Amino acid sequence: MKLPPLKSRTAALLAVLVPLLGVFIYVLLRSGPLAPIPVTVANVEKRSIAPALFGIGTVAARYTYKIGPTVAGRVQRVDVDVGDKVRAGQMLGEIEPVDLDQRILAQAAAVRRADSSLLAAQAQLRDASARWSFADKQAQRYEKLLQARSVSEEAVAMKRQELRVAEAVLASARAELEVARQERVRNEADSAGLIEQRSNLRLVTPVDGLVVARNADPGTTVVAGQSVVEIIDPVALWIDVRFDQLSAGGLRAGLPAQIQLRSRSGQQQRAHVLRVEPLADAVTEETLAKVVFDTLPEILPPLGELAEVTVALPALPAAPVVPNAAIRRVDGQLGVWLLDDGDLRFAPIKIGATDLDGGVQVREGLTAGDQVVVHSRRPLSARSRIKVVEGRPGVAL
Amino acid sequence: MISLAGRDILHSWGKFVFTGVGLGLLIGVTLSMAGVYRGMVDDAWSLLDNSGADLWVVQKDTLGPYAESSSLYDDVYRSIRVMPGVASAANVTYLTMQVVQGGRDVRAMVVGVVPGGPGEPGQPGYLVAGRHMTRGHYEAVADTAAGFKLDEIIEIRRNRYRVVGLTRHTVSSAGDPMIFIPLKDAQEAQFLKDNDVILQQRRRTSENPAFDRPGVPGLLDSIITSQSTNTYVNAVLVVIKPGYAPEEVAEPIRRWKRLQVYTRTQMESILIGKLIATSAKQIGMFLIILATVSAAIVAFIIYTLTLGKIREIAVLKLIGTKNRTIAGMIMQQSLGLGLIGFIVGKIAATLWVPIFPKYVLLLPGDAARGFFAVMLICLLASLVAVRAALKVDPAEAIGG
Repeated sequence: MKLPPLKSRTAALLAVLVPLLGVFIYVLLRSGPLAPIPVTVANVEKRSIAPALFGIGTVAARYTYKIGPTVAGRVQRVDVDVGDKVRAGQMLGEIEPVDLDQRILAQAAAVRRADSSLLAAQAQLRDASARWSFADKQAQRYEKLLQARSVSEEAVAMKRQELRVAEAVLASARAELEVARQERVRNEADSAGLIEQRSNLRLVTPVDGLVVARNADPGTTVVAGQSVVEIIDPVALWIDVRFDQLSAGGLRAGLPAQIQLRSRSGQQQRAHVLRVEPLADAVTEETLAKVVFDTLPEILPPLGELAEVTVALPALPAAPVVPNAAIRRVDGQLGVWLLDDGDLRFAPIKIGATDLDGGVQVREGLTAGDQVVVHSRRPLSARSRIKVVEGRPGVAL
Repeated sequence: MISLAGRDILHSWGKFVFTGVGLGLLIGVTLSMAGVYRGMVDDAWSLLDNSGADLWVVQKDTLGPYAESSSLYDDVYRSIRVMPGVASAANVTYLTMQVVQGGRDVRAMVVGVVPGGPGEPGQPGYLVAGRHMTRGHYEAVADTAAGFKLDEIIEIRRNRYRVVGLTRHTVSSAGDPMIFIPLKDAQEAQFLKDNDVILQQRRRTSENPAFDRPGVPGLLDSIITSQSTNTYVNAVLVVIKPGYAPEEVAEPIRRWKRLQVYTRTQMESILIGKLIATSAKQIGMFLIILATVSAAIVAFIIYTLTLGKIREIAVLKLIGTKNRTIAGMIMQQSLGLGLIGFIVGKIAATLWVPIFPKYVLLLPGDAARGFFAVMLICLLASLVAVRAALKVDPAEAIGG
């Protein structure tokens, strides 16, 4: 009578204990260090990759014209403001001339005085010339009279002397005239110089452009060389790009590029590398380059805006390619975990060019078709038990 | 020969199993607490493992970069690179800060690494999704604990970064998930002030007559530029060439470069002995108390279970059962209870561990030790119960 209830109790106890034991063993094997490590795998593909370089830079004007005085002075007026378009030769402002205008007037008067002196000298020359021709004629007549013995030797000598005096007076008058001429030239040149100086105080743009800065307002004293107005050529914009030297290999002029401005997220602008600067930045370890837009955006970006630049390098010949997530460093060696008939084996590799999507060319150590571990939930070792799972894009293991 | 213990268990198996489950949950808590302690130590280890370095070069007289702040000029690595025995040297910055993603923010340790390619010191060792950084700016690899997904845009200070890869178990010693970003961005994030502060600084500088001299145009601009540049990093990670001993490489750097250099062993002792020492001791203390309390509770349960059937034991004695058989019955029951408890505890701990916010590491060794400890406690507890059972007067069976 006692056995059946006992049996059912045993069964009930077993019904609790056996699943418990089962769960225990499952838990022991499926979690902790004994559990297989989920991994995703990829086949090594032989394909060509197109490496690209990535740099950031700022929008800059190719030419900046800093217009300012060549001598110290006070700004009298500034006619333009930031954003104004100006044409070559347009006056932008003026530095106060102080007494320059008065000095120009004085100089003009001096020129007119020199004109008068010139007239006076010319009159003197005519006077001297008239006196000389009379003295010459007198001397000739007395010479003839002396041959006819009708005048004394003394009278002839006197006429000769008169002629020489007249000659000297004529020469002197000629010289005076020359002096007056030169005086006039000097005064004219002085006057022109002053006018030139006066015009130098006018701030005139040498090119068509856009005013980007107005650094001084009327009344400000500026020193020689300080800019009052800055003008750029708005159609000549470029991007001053900096590439980390670690990833600047292959950068050269003419390569196609994509520009993404910080304010225009998602809009890529086509461009190309204009030149790579011969001087690199030694402090920041960056290579500098200039990149220009193929066609300027309709709304010009402000100068100084940040831009991301991706330069495409020519595609490389096909070679085995692995994702960069597959590459590990084990005991100081770079390599990948190879899947050999379900067994893990670490294969040291030598890597070559990389692209921006994470593809890495393998120069040595792998052949196309090899299966490598890409992602793993834990670090791997040669004795790790693994379970290959189908990697879903964007989802962590 | 029938098993007295088995018979007794079967007699009241429900009570037995439920007592075992209750005990098991208690053991589970103890195992988890041990796991929390192990996890804490393991976090510190993984911090060192993830950096991939053999030596840490930091500012002189500091315990940087993890336990103390340290700053070095970022061109120091060049002179370290040429020291004998150095295979590679890479700059790194560490900064714990808030990282914003779509309106929520996560506390994370932002690590600035040289984007030199996979396997470089400082780079995460393995990924669970996505790829390593390939661009020198505005890409991030984040720990899954931060809760970011691939291709999400996160904000660190004023810049936005695209999450291109995910790692697992890369955390700071405080358990904050790491976010790896390119070094130059990280330097900016660490030292660049926000826009308001920069503007105010510019204003202050421009109002300083010493810097805004009329005769020297451009001086103010140069000073403002020099104020907003930053050329510091927190540490230089060094990988040594095979065949060199760490100390052999570290010593010349200490001596000639006048910088502090820590080897792996020293770094471990700094992290475990100094950085997490107090919190580890705290957990350890709690673990000891919990283990003691668990042991006491196990002992009491077994004792009360035995006392509960004192009348039956008296009957057994009355019918002439040997003392050894009675003691065996009590011990077998006790060990059985311990076994069920341990199994339930281990299962429970394994099931609830993944829900913990910080890393909890259940070591098989700890489980084994726990198993033997449980068995030993059960055995000791049963001895007390046996003693009580053997003292029972058979007369109680009738008299009682």
